[in-house]
Amino acid sequence: MLRSKLSYTVKRRRARKSRRLLPVLPTLTLLAMLGPVIAGLYGTVLPAFGHLPAAGLTGPSLSPFYGLFDWAGLPRAVMLSVGVGVGATALALTIVALLTAGWSGTPAFRFLERLLSPLLSVPHAAAAFGLAFLITPSGWLSRALSPAVTGWDRPPDLLIVHDAWGLTMMAGLVIKEVPFLLLITLAALGQADTGRSAAVAQALGYGRLTGWLKTVFPRVYAQIRLPVYVVLAYSMSVVDVAIILGPNTPPSLSVYIVRLMSDPDLAMRLQGAAAALLQLALVIGALVAWRIGETIVAALGYRWIMAGARGKIDPIVGGMALTAGGVCAFLVLAGIVVLGVWSFAGYWSFPNFLPDQLFLRNWMRFGPGTMDALGETALIAAVVTLAALVLTIGCLEAEYRYGLSLTSRGMWLLYLPLLVPQTAFLPGLQTLMLNIGADVGRLPVMLAHLVFVLPYVFLSLADPFRAWDVRMGTIANALGARPDRVLWQVRLPMLLRPVLTAAAVGLSVSVGQYLATLLIGGGRVATLTTEAVALSSGGDRRAIGVYGLMQTGAALIPFTLALIVPAIVWRNRKGLRHG
Amino acid sequence: MDKGLTLRDVTIIKNGAPLLSLSRHIDPGEVLSIMGPSGVGKSTLLAFITGTLAPDFSATGTVMLDGMDITHAPAHQRRVGILFQDDLLFPHLSVGANLAFGLRAGGTKRDRRSRIDEALAEVGLDGFADRDPATLSGGQKARVALMRMLLSEPCGLLLDEPFSRLDTALRAQVRALVFARAKARALPVLMVTHDAEDADAAGGDIVTLSPLH
Amino acid sequence: MKHLAILAALIAPIATFADPNPTDWDAVKAEANGQTVYWNAWGGSTTTNDFLAWVGSRVSEDYGVTLEHVKLTDTADAVTRVLAEKQAGENDDGAIDMIWINGANFAAMKEADLLFGPYAEQLPNWSVVDSAGKAVQSDFTVPTDGFESPWAMAQVVFVHDTADMPDRVGSMQALLEWTQANPGRFSYPQPPDFLGTTFLKQVLVDILPDASVLSAPATDENYEEISAPLWAYLDALTPNLWREGKAYPATGTAMFPLIADDELDLSISFSPGAASTAIANLELPDTVRTFVLDKGTIGNTSFVAIPYNSGSKAGAMIVANFLMSPEAQARAQDPAILGYGTVLDMVAITADQRAVFDSLDLGIATLSPADLGTVQAEPHPSWASRLADGWADRYGVAQ
Repeated sequence: MLRSKLSYTVKRRRARKSRRLLPVLPTLTLLAMLGPVIAGLYGTVLPAFGHLPAAGLTGPSLSPFYGLFDWAGLPRAVMLSVGVGVGATALALTIVALLTAGWSGTPAFRFLERLLSPLLSVPHAAAAFGLAFLITPSGWLSRALSPAVTGWDRPPDLLIVHDAWGLTMMAGLVIKEVPFLLLITLAALGQADTGRSAAVAQALGYGRLTGWLKTVFPRVYAQIRLPVYVVLAYSMSVVDVAIILGPNTPPSLSVYIVRLMSDPDLAMRLQGAAAALLQLALVIGALVAWRIGETIVAALGYRWIMAGARGKIDPIVGGMALTAGGVCAFLVLAGIVVLGVWSFAGYWSFPNFLPDQLFLRNWMRFGPGTMDALGETALIAAVVTLAALVLTIGCLEAEYRYGLSLTSRGMWLLYLPLLVPQTAFLPGLQTLMLNIGADVGRLPVMLAHLVFVLPYVFLSLADPFRAWDVRMGTIANALGARPDRVLWQVRLPMLLRPVLTAAAVGLSVSVGQYLATLLIGGGRVATLTTEAVALSSGGDRRAIGVYGLMQTGAALIPFTLALIVPAIVWRNRKGLRHG
Repeated sequence: MDKGLTLRDVTIIKNGAPLLSLSRHIDPGEVLSIMGPSGVGKSTLLAFITGTLAPDFSATGTVMLDGMDITHAPAHQRRVGILFQDDLLFPHLSVGANLAFGLRAGGTKRDRRSRIDEALAEVGLDGFADRDPATLSGGQKARVALMRMLLSEPCGLLLDEPFSRLDTALRAQVRALVFARAKARALPVLMVTHDAEDADAAGGDIVTLSPLH
Repeated sequence: MKHLAILAALIAPIATFADPNPTDWDAVKAEANGQTVYWNAWGGSTTTNDFLAWVGSRVSEDYGVTLEHVKLTDTADAVTRVLAEKQAGENDDGAIDMIWINGANFAAMKEADLLFGPYAEQLPNWSVVDSAGKAVQSDFTVPTDGFESPWAMAQVVFVHDTADMPDRVGSMQALLEWTQANPGRFSYPQPPDFLGTTFLKQVLVDILPDASVLSAPATDENYEEISAPLWAYLDALTPNLWREGKAYPATGTAMFPLIADDELDLSISFSPGAASTAIANLELPDTVRTFVLDKGTIGNTSFVAIPYNSGSKAGAMIVANFLMSPEAQARAQDPAILGYGTVLDMVAITADQRAVFDSLDLGIATLSPADLGTVQAEPHPSWASRLADGWADRYGVAQ
């Protein structure tokens, strides 16, 4: 009797304790994400208006903006940023929507699905290098066709990579965003009852593709909307892909900002800060325009649905979507293969399809360096992702238990770190960290990574977590299960797949961080990405090959696990298998 | 002390406006059916009783179960069982594990296992313990859901359109089973339904709600 | 927080007084033992990275100094970092202990009092440096005053694939004519890349009747007039560049793969031995050779400098001194390793040490010191930034 009473008290106390901890998690999470961003922005806004005491300048003044608007390359840089960003996002989304519409459930689609983890695991920089190595005039595709088909015995002088319109850069983004959006779409499919709707539509005489678009897509889009916004903001402000594939005369706005920010002349930082604010405004403007576009598309779509067209050209559209999806997959995978070939290459003359020599020397040379970097990369990514998962699940659970949810306007705060260009707040963040004495090293880098990893993890997990049928929780409660037991024994096991997907996304985001690692780590924290980007300026394709493959591997394993583990754990649970 | 489920001056409020108001007592073994158009707050009333009211609702009044005021008790300590129109079996657990989840803690492993087997046998599902719930038919799932709920030894039972997903033949069968088990355990039952046939079959009082303004 | 501030106030003066004194070399060695030196150096060249790793293993063996190569894409990043640290009051243990530096970055850091020193001329190995014959005491006309120590000599050479371009050209004018006959086969790194900007200076030095005007700072008054011939030259050159000048290689080393691919026949390099090293590494065909212009080419010196707020100044000086040792210098000059020119005076070192240098096979594509011809002086650093800006306005936004 006494014993049971005691255990009752202990339980109560524990319950009260978790009650105290859980409600503060949302605040803690917002602080972890927004504190650095706000501080960083503060450190950007001041110099943008001419205030930088360290350089002996005091504002307010508009001269940084005048300086910026005087730059002859600005209109084109802005156009590139907007055009490439919106174009890549729209194209990737279209491909993913049509592909899923026309092919989900088919063998071809399942084949692409199986390719998803390798495709996703390729970091943006590695994919961009792979693409460049494929499609330059002296690239692998040209070698494959020369001289037999093309008649070229030396490469033609064609501007493909770094082209003026940024088309190659857009392609480099699309081939990486298609797998990302497809993954998010698949996660959303798992939460919406999509199979039946599509079947109903087909029974009503709709083509597979048209039926899916009319019945399933609106629901799926509602779930993938924020990831799409993130893709848009990212594509507009990407730096590494732009450096590798984008035009340079002039470069896109984000590359220009990075250049200004690293100029030894401190006054250029003012102009860089002004450009960063302009980039911020462009991203906000594009997001608003996209939102308006959604409404227009929805209205058109509604008319299309009311018109009752059954989709006569479905096979053609579907064929094009499958081709586009296949080309994306091919370019990423062949890019990795060509990175692999370069990593073993000796001298490799044009137009030979394979190197004149193949050896292990490159791996002997660069391998040991990559292992150190791999260890650092893995440690940082694992700790950061775990922290992000704990905070995210804590937030979502607090929202479920206590209704501590953000308003829809508040939700935008959550995405601030992804929507604010990194270049706008990272230098300011660096100063902040110096001020609190946490200047360099692994821990601050982890905190900085958390700023970017948290929203991605939250983005990946929030919708599936919320889409979970809360009646399951009601039932479990009614069966006498405490809230913690419901979380650990019902909700999280059911959400294993989205949780692991979120973890994989978090890991790959951390692995891919360049600017945050470099600036906050003071260069002392060497990850695969910082090493690879440092090598990239030298153009040593053998070293790039080795580092690109290692980088890919670092992200491949988590993504593979995110697909394999649920499949194995739930192999006998039909109710948890999707797609 | 008063056995049964008592709702005293319960008023559900949404955005400051009252949605419904109810004061009733349900004796053990008795069924109270609540009918009314959708949106009138029937399911919300059940959420209030289970302690899982959504944040945009509030409620006043008192809920008593077997003489205890459970209005503010945590959801998991209320001992109010509930069945929905969907079976809501946990898809990651086997049939047996679903039942074990419901079974109140305590007892040896063997003991628990035999109680689960008995429960399955009681509804004609012998040997189903290791099955994946997704492979069961609708009627089988409904029976597992019922037994899972009963194994948690509730003191009252709420039914939220519990039979609307079942076809006609199965419906009468499952309905009879549910009411019989509830009566056998002397549970007060509060049922929310659209279907007059369900309400008639329950044999108890019927309250028809209409929107308050 | 308050306690920390008080603690910092207590420690700060001690740290400042504790700066190592290079004249007391034994004390420096003792203090350096166990220190970690973060050397921020451009990381784009894998051969340089390998060499730096070797330096790290040697100073670790002999002095117990751990050397970490922080690989930069742009040296200016390191300058910015030190500035940011000063701004934030991090005066005692900054992230950077040593920087591979010269030119505008050095001028900027020296001007802003961001460097430790003078120390260079107190280092033991300074005695074997060729301070009379080589430009080791001025950096782009700016006096070093002992705030940076030299470790390699560089000189512009042109790299050509004799399989496609058999003959050298003797002047920038001849180069222009060659591109007109062979469009799309020459390029230079995009300014403000170091080598790209150097190409602009090289053009100007070669085509100006009197290049000495460049040793004075560029001003609003003289800039337009002096730079005008350069822009006229580039206007003629650009249409016949690789990709018609709509894209440029990012750096000098990024042009080697383009030669290997047969996209380019001609490029430039700031390291006379780099082509031989690349041939040895199978990155260039063995038909590649180098040449200099008839009037000579621009040369300069690579230095290392120590930020004022380094926490491992003793360790950094150990590394700086080791870099000037005959052992390190001979290895750096070996084209199979690095192919950099030495800063040492061959007369000042011992006969055995000299024999090591003499035994080096400079490689088939490396010019002998005599063939490298006249070394032309770097213009004042103000020219580099003005020319790079002027280039960016004209060709950097050309599309």
